[in-house]
Amino acid sequence: MENKLTNGQLSWLVVLRIFIGWHFLYEGMIKVLNPNWSAMTYLIDSKGWFEQMFVNMAGNAGLMNWVDLLNEWALVLIGLGLLVGCFTRLSCIGGMLLLLLYTMSHPALLGIEYKMPFEGSYFLIDKNLIELAGLGVLFVFPTARIIGIDRFLIKVLPSGFNKFVI
Amino acid sequence: MEKDNKNSVSGSSQENNKRNIGRREVLKTLATVPVLGAIAYGVVKTRKIKLLNRDISDVFKLSNANAVYLQPQAGGKQIRIGLIGFGIRGKQLMRAIGFAEPSYIDTLIEAKKKNPDDTRYDEFKEQDDLNVVINGVSDIFNVYSEAAMLTGSNIYREGSNGKFGPAPKQYRTYQELLAADDIDAVIIAAPDHWHGTIAMAAARAGKHVYSEKPLTWTVPETYMLRNTIKETGVVFQLGHQGRQTASYQKAAEIIKNDLLGHINLIEVCTNRNSPNGAWVYPIIEGSNPQTIDWKQFEGDATRIKEYEEYMKSSKLDRYMGPDERSKFSLERFFRWRCWWDYSTGLSGDLLTHEFDAVNQIMQVGIPASASSSGGVYFFKDGRTVPDVLQTVFEWPDKNLSMLYSATLASSRNRGKVFMGHDASMEVSDVLTITADRDSERYAKKIQEGIIPTDAPFFTYVPGQSKVDAVTSATERYFAQRGLLYTYINGKRYDTTHLHMREWLECIRQGKTNSCNIDQAFQEAMTAHMGTRAYLEGRTMYWDKDKEEIVRG
Repeated sequence: MENKLTNGQLSWLVVLRIFIGWHFLYEGMIKVLNPNWSAMTYLIDSKGWFEQMFVNMAGNAGLMNWVDLLNEWALVLIGLGLLVGCFTRLSCIGGMLLLLLYTMSHPALLGIEYKMPFEGSYFLIDKNLIELAGLGVLFVFPTARIIGIDRFLIKVLPSGFNKFVI
Repeated sequence: MEKDNKNSVSGSSQENNKRNIGRREVLKTLATVPVLGAIAYGVVKTRKIKLLNRDISDVFKLSNANAVYLQPQAGGKQIRIGLIGFGIRGKQLMRAIGFAEPSYIDTLIEAKKKNPDDTRYDEFKEQDDLNVVINGVSDIFNVYSEAAMLTGSNIYREGSNGKFGPAPKQYRTYQELLAADDIDAVIIAAPDHWHGTIAMAAARAGKHVYSEKPLTWTVPETYMLRNTIKETGVVFQLGHQGRQTASYQKAAEIIKNDLLGHINLIEVCTNRNSPNGAWVYPIIEGSNPQTIDWKQFEGDATRIKEYEEYMKSSKLDRYMGPDERSKFSLERFFRWRCWWDYSTGLSGDLLTHEFDAVNQIMQVGIPASASSSGGVYFFKDGRTVPDVLQTVFEWPDKNLSMLYSATLASSRNRGKVFMGHDASMEVSDVLTITADRDSERYAKKIQEGIIPTDAPFFTYVPGQSKVDAVTSATERYFAQRGLLYTYINGKRYDTTHLHMREWLECIRQGKTNSCNIDQAFQEAMTAHMGTRAYLEGRTMYWDKDKEEIVRG
């Protein structure tokens, strides 16, 4: 693939990967290191079509422990994967799923007010969705096969991994 | 050489130096790993700054303890209840122990059909079973009495088309209900002028009592009731469900640990702005002299005598009536809170809740003095009790003042605020503390920029355990908007349910309940002082030794 990309294209794609990876990893680490962090307040504030589902989730203390744990570590692992270019495609899929869930919980619809408002002005497309699109781009341009640990993994793992993992 | 090596990954130039290829391979594979170092630095640094900036445990010592509630014991005996009064509050109390009118359930089911997010029906169905049975009901209005009977038989918590259990017996008078030997305990939700009389009769009949606030209508009956409860030894609970609010327990701990500095002023208020909030309740269909026992409504002869004696001897005739007591009136029957002839006004209805909360948190006891002012400033509907009222209470021995204010024609709220030399605390379902900019205790932390003074630095949300750090912006945001519910072990509870549960468990376990007769006595005398100060237009004092309200 490297031959098909100019140095400029490759560089900017890797920069995009590092930036998104950095963002995920930092978000995840801050949550992991804060024992009091919980997604409960965020979920209670859900709006839109899936509001009730997320609010019910927030009301279930047992479930919330798992939701919090899963969210924290998914953020960390996805961030790490993107940053060092390891299982990059899988990380992209995971990241897109998480971002989709965030969007479902807090869609940027007109006439909806959140208790914890967005810091900008959005209609339908917010930063989560832009990041999601970025991950889509990274999925179809698996740059870690050139710059990243996947460069090594692609040689040692069976080709079945190429499609959705590496 | 450098030029030739470019794009070596394609593997097309076999002749290239193998060592060089290996090095490039490793470089390209691990090129982005060093970025991890930068992130790690960021995480560690953030953590350090956060900890440094938020740790206040050296000046703010508070336990992680959550609110404690008397837990029901397994295998406790079933308690047989008699209900006296099935008006607005009577219906609410019955729901709190698991009995709702079928028509009420119908509206909940209908609401859920229209809006699946309306979970009131499910919440009611899931409300804990308190192991009680309703054996008798009494209301002097036939329609209410019939409805109470149906409600008491609604043991499966179903709507009009549901199954019903055996119906409780309907009694014409509270005296007949109290004579029944299949009743262990009574719930009193009659108008104010009946509370004390019925409670005394119930205690003498050996029934435990849950009575709505205020404790009494006249001052003399307050002493009698206290004596009766103490002599008979029944479990008496006054209906200040605020006793079960989780944040009040935390507030008490905060004050005990002196985290606010010397508290010198407390501001409380109850402002409302609707006809319902101003006691202009609807006139119910089917009410007429045939369906309402007006004679009973008038009141107990001894009570009326006490009331009239005080009013006349204090030249307060203008506050009596204006209708003759014997004259049937639907307005007076349904909206009795608007006339002193039956009511205790804002003092008895709403001030008592505020005072009881403060008394629970600080054990202030009966104040040394009370001064009031106000008037009928909005609801010119012939009422004699004021719709705007201010009362100021003083505790010189505690160097403390409490300001209560109320209006029934504006809902702007000031909160329940405890103002101390070092910080002020606002208490509702959640609790926030804001440092005073001239505080001594927090001076260093304020100077260091760790404790802000323009926003609360501590927030208590029931169920949350963290206490040693400054509130984050997110927590503050949610707490201020009251978004977080009160949960005990993950389940949402209604305070009235918990308050009645405590009463029932104290009967079963022989324990002392929170709003017992001593607390109730303090509540009643405080409210009476406020009322008399308003009526007489002068400050009332409390003679501690004689336990009497005296004029200045």
